[in-house]
Amino acid sequence: MSTTERPPRARDIGLVHCHHCGAVWSAAPPHARCSRCGCKLHARKPDSIARTWAYLLAACILYIPANLLPVMVTRGLLGEQSDTIMSGIVYFWVTGSWSLAAIVFIASFLVPLLKLVALLLLLVCAQFKTRWRRRQRACLYRLVEAVGRWSMLDIFVVTLLAGLVQLQSLATITAGPGALSFGAVVVLTMLAAQSFDPRLIWDTGDPTPP
Amino acid sequence: MHLVHGLIVCDECDSVYRKPDLRPGEAATCPRCGARLDRGTSSARRARQLPLTLAGLVVFVIANLSPIVTMEIQGVSNATTLWQAVLSLYRQGMLPISAAVFCTAILFPLTLLAAHMVLLWPNSQNRHPRVFALISRLMSMVRPWVMVEVLLLGILVAVVKLSHMAEIDPGVGLWAYGALTVLLACVLSSGPQEHWTDGIQA
Repeated sequence: MSTTERPPRARDIGLVHCHHCGAVWSAAPPHARCSRCGCKLHARKPDSIARTWAYLLAACILYIPANLLPVMVTRGLLGEQSDTIMSGIVYFWVTGSWSLAAIVFIASFLVPLLKLVALLLLLVCAQFKTRWRRRQRACLYRLVEAVGRWSMLDIFVVTLLAGLVQLQSLATITAGPGALSFGAVVVLTMLAAQSFDPRLIWDTGDPTPP
Repeated sequence: MHLVHGLIVCDECDSVYRKPDLRPGEAATCPRCGARLDRGTSSARRARQLPLTLAGLVVFVIANLSPIVTMEIQGVSNATTLWQAVLSLYRQGMLPISAAVFCTAILFPLTLLAAHMVLLWPNSQNRHPRVFALISRLMSMVRPWVMVEVLLLGILVAVVKLSHMAEIDPGVGLWAYGALTVLLACVLSSGPQEHWTDGIQA
């Protein structure tokens, strides 16, 4: 494909499109609203980089207590046992439920960690306006958006166990302080992914990127 | 400021294209960044959306009222619905987590289904354009936070975890959440842009 055939970009030719309903407007004044659906129109998400940094740093800080503090406390006849995210995974592994150990390992450990790293990479690259692997970065962004929600898995597991295992004398399960930080990490990384504008990946100074 | 017809802009990289004419089942992706631009829908598929949403609401009520699992240890048994689990977490002083679970598994799915119902109701766009626009925006706001499919996997993980130490009996709630996951996936296959047709303004 030659340079002349490359599609133009909306901001360069004075167009802005509504993120919600898809209407394309020309000559829209700044801070205008879409006259079809009423959404705010903006060529780029406002303060995208600053907001994403804020959410991401908060998530990084909370990631530490999320993994060190117990997410679940079991009190039974044989005493009290505290479980962190990792010890829960190890429990599945040693009891022979390898597939579940793998699912929980991916959803609760790998996904949040890779999400933090991926968002960090996207942010730094967008900030330096590098042209390095833009298509792959766009793909990475879609992946982060799609898989982020699955980290809520452990929160739901703890909720159900805490609701179900309330047998006064025999055993009770309660949520531990780690669950609070873990839930916050999931929500904060989802907010970070939402506030990041993938169009910044392509705002690298060349008029028509490939 | 005026509306430009016949163009489509990529949400993820801002590229402008002529709006493609898509047949049902076809999809257009952005050649620059690979994001989905548009997809062809048939009137039959659109007509199915309303009954599917209605079914989703019915299954949602069943899923919320019936116990998900019953557990039995040494003659002591306990069943829980999602509501009871959320309440029990709240009583343990875990307000933020119980609120998060309440929103992502109860409030937002209900909001989404109800909003979808209103949007699909025949002629709702012409009768109350402002309300239509508001509800459409509300729907795309809650959409990323609807996590019924994650809850379903969570239920299964919890069941396996408990099956080592207790008798576990899956209840109606579990099957209902399974059905709700499938119905929500069908309903969510259409984006907010499909509700908006050229020419009608808020």
